[in-house]
Amino acid sequence: MLRVTRAELRKLRRPTLLISTILVVAALTALFTSIVFLRANSGQGNGQRGEVISPATLSSALGLVYGFKIVSFFLGITALCVFASQTAQEYTLGTLRNLLVRQPSRMKILFGKYLSMIIFAIALVFLDAVVAIGTSSALAPHAKVTTSAWFTSSALSLLGRTFINVLLTTLAFGTFGMILGLLFRSPISAIATGVIWSLILETILGGVVSSTQKWLPGQNFDNIAQGGSLTVSYRWSLGISAIYLSVAFGIVAFLFKRRDVAN
Amino acid sequence: MTTAISVTDLTKVYGERSALSHATFEVPLGTVCGFVGPNGSGKTTTIRMLLGLIAPTGGTGTVLGESIAHPEKYLPHVGAMIEGPAFYPALSGAENLRVLASLGGFPQSRVSELLEKVGLAERGKSKYKTYSLGMKQRLGIAAALLPNPKLLVLDEPTNGLDPSGIQEVRNLIKDLANEGTSVFVSSHLLSELEMISESLVMLREGKVLFAGRTKDLLAAQVATLVVQPEFSVDLNSLVEIAQRHGRTASVEDGEVHIVADGEWSATFNRLAFNAGITLASLSVTQPTLEETFFEMTGE
Repeated sequence: MLRVTRAELRKLRRPTLLISTILVVAALTALFTSIVFLRANSGQGNGQRGEVISPATLSSALGLVYGFKIVSFFLGITALCVFASQTAQEYTLGTLRNLLVRQPSRMKILFGKYLSMIIFAIALVFLDAVVAIGTSSALAPHAKVTTSAWFTSSALSLLGRTFINVLLTTLAFGTFGMILGLLFRSPISAIATGVIWSLILETILGGVVSSTQKWLPGQNFDNIAQGGSLTVSYRWSLGISAIYLSVAFGIVAFLFKRRDVAN
Repeated sequence: MTTAISVTDLTKVYGERSALSHATFEVPLGTVCGFVGPNGSGKTTTIRMLLGLIAPTGGTGTVLGESIAHPEKYLPHVGAMIEGPAFYPALSGAENLRVLASLGGFPQSRVSELLEKVGLAERGKSKYKTYSLGMKQRLGIAAALLPNPKLLVLDEPTNGLDPSGIQEVRNLIKDLANEGTSVFVSSHLLSELEMISESLVMLREGKVLFAGRTKDLLAAQVATLVVQPEFSVDLNSLVEIAQRHGRTASVEDGEVHIVADGEWSATFNRLAFNAGITLASLSVTQPTLEETFFEMTGE
């Protein structure tokens, strides 16, 4: 399986994919973190869903991680696109047959690929953390935010927890992308379905019928990074996401193992 | 183990369509075996089953002595290029080979050796998407050679190659066979296969029409005597002489074509002489593999 992971990492580090992903993640993180800090004194919404995050709040340990976790949804969408395209392109390019000739165990291919995606996701979240903390530190004086509480042991512990939660969110979206990739076997169809579902349909559904938020996969994935919300608990989101992804991944893994590779 | 590939009653059915029906054949170890048939005859389906990409509906088979139900046991010793080359367009040729070398656990040093071997050393760092069809084909062959295979399965390896490229591939296959590698090669270039294949498997509509030694197949075909009289007015007389002796004969492009084996040429020469006809030329032509193929497949 490690051979598969090594081979996959060679593909993931190709400049076109790596540089564009780094730029997108860095730009989004810097943009959203900047909005939080630059509008902190405006009295208007500067947080998620128009929430007001005051300089006092940002001066607490939360200030260290707020910019970091606010981007989790877009980080997840990025992972969804990368995971979906990396999986589905094997079918459209016809390269899956090369992989299967060199590694006939389809489960080793699948889990080796997944492991490489986890490594890629860890790198993305790490980049997100570095850019967010860097941007927050740079903009804190401008926003009249004191940073003395950011580097205490409790703040660093919060940073560790947030890192794990953002990583779980990124992996959840990425796994969703991989599932779609295996199901549709076309990068365009998989990405379009994943993005339209997560960005548009879930937002409309959750907005119109708020009780559905508890059941919508994308909303629950993102809720993990936020550490839970007033309406949906962290534990619920973690549990329901694990159930959704395990069942769906189990089904596509079965299909991947049994389906003829005819292209 | 005396066979590189052996299949018995191998069958693949898609819904109500039978892609391969009870195919039985053997490929002797250390030989080049041609795999021919019209488009849609089941060649690629057979190759996919041999490589574990699709599961047979029925029948059994072995590759390098191991059952095709367990491709993991023999694929480390098999190199394959199926349905043309398929690689990642954004990676270079060398990087594409490195991906496969990592996957198969082969030394990375093989990559430069193979690029050299297939004549891509200078373009190894160029992106695959910039390659011509012939270069892509060469890279596909290099990828198939990565494991230093005991069995090489090639599906249309000369597709897109220019005449010198075709000759290089032919020589490469010959060299590999001389080194003891078994080669199972499908191609539409029957003249090429005739030159390199010791054995042949011929398919039509999912059924095996012939499986055996190439020279046995060609020897079983009836030869043609091609006769040219000194004067063209004698063409029809020669046809009549042949027909009187129970042979099928016709006039084609100023020559008389008589279906008969070579041994009858002396008899016919005498018959023509007795009838007062002087022959300007008399030759025996054995059907080529291509002609045999068309004859057998009815294409």
